[in-house]
Amino acid sequence: MGAAIILAIAAAAVLMQPAPTDRVILLPGPDGEVGAVTVKSTGGERLLDQAYAGAAVDRRGGIETVREDAATVRERYGAALGAQPDRPVSFVLNFMLNFATGSDEMTPASRPVLDQVIAEVSRRSAAEIVVIGHTDRVGTEAANDVLALKRAEAVRSALLAAGVSARIDVAGRGEREPLIASADEVDEPRNRRVEINVR
Amino acid sequence: MATKRWRVAFAGLVAAVVVLPAWAAAGDDGRIGTVKVVKGGVSILRDGQTLVATPGAGLQVADRVVTAADGATGITLRDNTLLSAGPNSSLSLDKFVFDSTTHAGVMDASLKRGTLSVVSGKIARQSPESVRFSTPNTTLGVRGTEFVIEAAGAED
Repeated sequence: MGAAIILAIAAAAVLMQPAPTDRVILLPGPDGEVGAVTVKSTGGERLLDQAYAGAAVDRRGGIETVREDAATVRERYGAALGAQPDRPVSFVLNFMLNFATGSDEMTPASRPVLDQVIAEVSRRSAAEIVVIGHTDRVGTEAANDVLALKRAEAVRSALLAAGVSARIDVAGRGEREPLIASADEVDEPRNRRVEINVR
Repeated sequence: MATKRWRVAFAGLVAAVVVLPAWAAAGDDGRIGTVKVVKGGVSILRDGQTLVATPGAGLQVADRVVTAADGATGITLRDNTLLSAGPNSSLSLDKFVFDSTTHAGVMDASLKRGTLSVVSGKIARQSPESVRFSTPNTTLGVRGTEFVIEAAGAED
């Protein structure tokens, strides 16, 4: 009799426990900008597009929109957020200013940038570098990919020569990511640049 | 006998050629990301082995990153996606392909349990439909920037 009552109480306690839920909460970026996330379950779909908008989804797929705030997020997700790696930062070498005309040889003007890169690398845990070459839109896309990679390689060599101790990858982005939008075949010197991304 | 050896060599060559683009897409050594932050107990499960995660450790496709009750970890992927997991978490990096020239790629990660913060990267900016996060009960489509995920799943 007593055992049956205890069993019934235990069963009720299990039933009354909320079903395990998964949660997603959209956060504002460092500049306050907010993206969007869609959350899908077997029970439906929600679009989250406002800061601190969230969705709670239970094991049966039941989906519910929730509204959180900064304090709750800090409390529940502080450990995860606290382990976030430093955000990648980019340093830019303009080709006209930092390279000798018609060559991959870097001019003394590039030295302060290299010093900044070295300082950033030493500040970070397990720093890595990606050197990304960009071109203007003169020439074909394929030719610009080759050129972009060649410029990135030159800067990689300069970084190694300057004694940078980090893993350095290179990428040639060609004409796909202009600083200044231009029509095709426009000679835009500001787009001829090498970006040093430290992460 | 000699023919057989040649056949094996040829098959090896074909395999090498076929495999090459996948390696190239993941970086020279198959690295898809790097562990940047380690607090407390953090391990990487790879091919049935458990490796201790340390800052600088490389990650590969199909790795599972697991944190202990006192653990937390931060990872930067090759497309600059930032992932960080809180205690008692289990995160699988199911798919990752990134072309650093075009920014085309695919990313698929699943949080089996625990907490995860995400700052999306270059793949999500270029082709948001190719980035997916999942938990035992949900699938997320990402249209950029930052969010946290929690997976209740007590059992592994």
